[in-house]
Amino acid sequence: MISYEAGTYDIAVVGGGHAGIEAALAAARLGMQVILFTISLDAIGNLPCNPSIGGTAKGHLVREIDALGGEMGKAADATFLQSRLLNRGKGPAVHSLRVQADRKSYHRYMKEALENCDGLDVKQSEIIQILADEGHVTGVMTELGAVFSAKAVILATGTYLGGKIYVGEYSAQSGPDGTHPALPLSDSLRELGIPLRRFKTGTPARVDRRSLDLTKTQIQEGDNPIIPFSFETDPATLENKVVCYMTYTNEKTHQVIRNNLSRSPLYGGAIEGIGPRYCPSIEDKVVRFADKERHQLFIEPMGIDTNEMYLQGMSSSLPEEVQLAFYRTIEGFENLKIMRNAYAIEYDCIDPTALRATLEFKKVTGLYGAGQFNGTSGYEEAAAQGLIAGINAVRQIRKQEPLILDRASSYIGTLIDDLVIKGCNEPYRMMTSRSEYRLLLRQDNADLRLTPIGREIGLISDSRWEKFVEKRQAIQMEMDRLKKETFSPTEALNQLLVSRETSPVSTGGKWDELIRRPQISYADLAPFDENRKPLPLDVAEQVEIAIKYEGYIKKQLAQVEQMRQLEGKPLPEDLHYKEIRGLRIEAVEKLDRLRPANIGQASRINGVSPADISVLLIWLEHWGKGRGGHL
Amino acid sequence: MEDTIAAIATPQGSGGLGVIRISGPNAIEIGDRVTRPLQGTLAQRKGYTCAYGRVYDDQGELDEVVATVFRAPHSYTGEDVVELSIHGGAYLLRGVLRACCEAGARPAEAGEFTKRAFLNGKLDLTQAEAVADLIAAQGRQSAKAALAARDGALFRKAKGIADLLVQEEAKLAAWIDYPEEDIEEAQRTSLEDALQQAKKEFSALLETYQTGKLLREGIETVIVGRPNVGKSTLMNLLTDSERSIVTDIPGTTRDVVTDTVRLGNLILHLSDTAGIRETKDLVEQAGVERAKNALQKAQLVLAVFDGSTPLKEDDEQVIKQCKDAVAVALVNKNDLPQQLTADALAETFDHVIPISAREGKGAEQLQKTLEALFLKGSFDPEAANIANERQLEAVRKAEENVKEALTALQSGVSLDAVGVCMEEAADALLQLTGEKAGQVVVNEIFSRFCVGK
Repeated sequence: MISYEAGTYDIAVVGGGHAGIEAALAAARLGMQVILFTISLDAIGNLPCNPSIGGTAKGHLVREIDALGGEMGKAADATFLQSRLLNRGKGPAVHSLRVQADRKSYHRYMKEALENCDGLDVKQSEIIQILADEGHVTGVMTELGAVFSAKAVILATGTYLGGKIYVGEYSAQSGPDGTHPALPLSDSLRELGIPLRRFKTGTPARVDRRSLDLTKTQIQEGDNPIIPFSFETDPATLENKVVCYMTYTNEKTHQVIRNNLSRSPLYGGAIEGIGPRYCPSIEDKVVRFADKERHQLFIEPMGIDTNEMYLQGMSSSLPEEVQLAFYRTIEGFENLKIMRNAYAIEYDCIDPTALRATLEFKKVTGLYGAGQFNGTSGYEEAAAQGLIAGINAVRQIRKQEPLILDRASSYIGTLIDDLVIKGCNEPYRMMTSRSEYRLLLRQDNADLRLTPIGREIGLISDSRWEKFVEKRQAIQMEMDRLKKETFSPTEALNQLLVSRETSPVSTGGKWDELIRRPQISYADLAPFDENRKPLPLDVAEQVEIAIKYEGYIKKQLAQVEQMRQLEGKPLPEDLHYKEIRGLRIEAVEKLDRLRPANIGQASRINGVSPADISVLLIWLEHWGKGRGGHL
Repeated sequence: MEDTIAAIATPQGSGGLGVIRISGPNAIEIGDRVTRPLQGTLAQRKGYTCAYGRVYDDQGELDEVVATVFRAPHSYTGEDVVELSIHGGAYLLRGVLRACCEAGARPAEAGEFTKRAFLNGKLDLTQAEAVADLIAAQGRQSAKAALAARDGALFRKAKGIADLLVQEEAKLAAWIDYPEEDIEEAQRTSLEDALQQAKKEFSALLETYQTGKLLREGIETVIVGRPNVGKSTLMNLLTDSERSIVTDIPGTTRDVVTDTVRLGNLILHLSDTAGIRETKDLVEQAGVERAKNALQKAQLVLAVFDGSTPLKEDDEQVIKQCKDAVAVALVNKNDLPQQLTADALAETFDHVIPISAREGKGAEQLQKTLEALFLKGSFDPEAANIANERQLEAVRKAEENVKEALTALQSGVSLDAVGVCMEEAADALLQLTGEKAGQVVVNEIFSRFCVGK
């Protein structure tokens, strides 16, 4: 192919999905010249699976992205149709926001955001080659031979890379939602020494609303009042626009599926990619949970101006006529018409242990990976990585310290640490149980945890920062007041206490002592606390949680301290593990391959034992010092 | 390495002299807290100098002492070090060590002095490499040990409880992470059942440590009785030696004489004390004071009476002092015509054993009694039991977290907090089985070095 010089940028982003968007926006907002390539401008910010943002732990990620100055939360707030706070009553650490989004509006919002961002060019092109010179990336080339030079390239190829869809016996090379796949790029990556592997995921059918009898299903209302994702969104402006529906499969549904399992490409053996356990197709559910009489499914609108309805929980790779047959066994679905069929999609991705915690490839400097390309699943996981990859690409070009969020700082940090240290054998989804510090990493305090970091990086505006500082001070002042000022044991107060089944008080005490009681809320005490000034809801919430969970928070902070000690002991990148006496062979192999940045990371590698860690620690303390203090 | 450690640096047993070593930033300050040199303080002294004086605990004087001051980095460990030389005897050495700990030192773990010396670069390269090789060997050994432990009872037990907790926590996590799936709501009652069971198993396990510790480390035993009832003869009977000076003149044993003996499965650290009686002899008075001190701190008191004479006033004194102790009465001189009946002692002592120290009779019955008393017949070395501090620490941590989870659950705290506590408990247990890289590992490796070097 005849190529031509098409331009020079600081950073090139390959992919216009959720990872690519955050990467490009962050980099451009930090003052870089950025170009974003997408196979289709009409697929920017597409929601090719569930038209929803957030959910357990994913909602945390969106709040964290927002707290750092990312875009996803604002886009979701601007385009949502219904909002809910999941896990109410299970504790503040696991409260999670989830919205149904209008798919087209979300796309338009993100396309507009990209198009109107200074320093950012958006171009419809397929990238077929990554250009590199002696292990350092130099640019990209499009299918038409246009060569763009760049100091850093961020790969956010999603399910487009080597994409292949399966519907029963049918299969075809394709991106998601009927788009063109990215095929030659895989070979280019292999030539750079980056091994690829196959993962798969699936999506259910979109069906015509008019063909469903929704009166046979249960209505799912949204929450009121609505909590926005973005700390900058005014909740008063938000309202729910649609309802969703819920119903169940039945024995007949399962029978149809069982009878046709042989026609599934997964069970037939055509798909070699590894699918996620937590997001199983309906075939998987029927096979693996054979004793379950019914499975739940949700019927969710794809947008405000379409009849397409998404059948959450019913993804499938069975032939279309089988899909029709089993969908129609569900009560109210007897006349169901499919508008887009369900399908499985298989794609190329990397083993994320090939990356540093900055999301840069260990082998190719200046080349970054983000999103499904790194082996994750989900829009939110992708966006989180895109943001971090974008920030780090900028910081590397500027020779600044990289941004590495540790496990105790955020779900984003936990996600990336899991990926680059432990790797993943299936598409990785964020869950609250993946964070050992989850009592600290709540969605309600994402701004307190991360906005100072976002400010330092340069993604938080002056006006936002001022508001944040004000909020932080208000929280501190109220906390101090509640720990200093006292209540008196009045009859009215005791009446409240007794009515909440908690013991009355005979002497006065500090207010925080009462708030600590699980049965009593901060708001409950307002009538008795005369010095209390009216506070914004988010301030009152922080005060209440911080007091109620103080003991647990302190305990987790102590663990964080321990973790950070090991994290603070760096391991030299060029360390010859083979020469360290006493390391076990398995540990040498793993350490040599994964090249952990510090002792903390090393201790989380499977196959590195406590004894190996002691050998490393001793090596560091003794011989490390001999290297002139730095390693 | 900010804390200060202390340990007995001389071999266990009874030498003429014994040394307590204190090392760390506060070594000299702690040395000053437990000693009173004749002149000035240790803090005023240069390195490599000694001070003569007396050593104290909070109850009073323990012994004479020569304190040697080493200033960092010119010491074995490279830190500030104070060495206290006192008269030997395990009991007295332990007393001084205890005093140091009360004054702010932490008992050194096995090998910790060597570890500090190593980390402070006090060992030359050959020594250091020898240490590294040893560590490597330990690493391999512990890998083997971990494998072997897979069949071990403690491994199975820990794994069992961890599984129980992990299972409940997993249920809880699924319910939390998949609110839109059809997952059974986490039941507070089922969580509580699991936690209660774990708690029960922990207390049983922790008990095994106490018993196991007595078996391994021995029982602090004090022999008391008024002068001349035959305490020293008893001591000699148990140790087969002539360590205590035995004469017929009351009050010959003026100091605490100690020894370690094995009696069946038990190890007794014996302290023979001066007889308890009012005396005006100053030297003996000090001995009597020490005897009273020793008695308060003992794990076992062997009270000796003379069966050939009726109870005297001093005997009553002894009985009174045994009231709150784990005490066994030995009625000696069983070979002579008896004037003392067991009834007189039965009120205070659960166990009254007739012996004849001179003829060497009664040791067997004493052994049986003590085994029944300390092993409670229930200690099964084949069953899961906690063998060392690291295991103890892990089980304690697990227990603490389980208790915390229970409190949270019962007081109505939300389940996210309960889940985190359960996870930590399981984590602590999995450290026992070697499935979790803990942060105490370096200390653990070094603990294989011999004590106090």
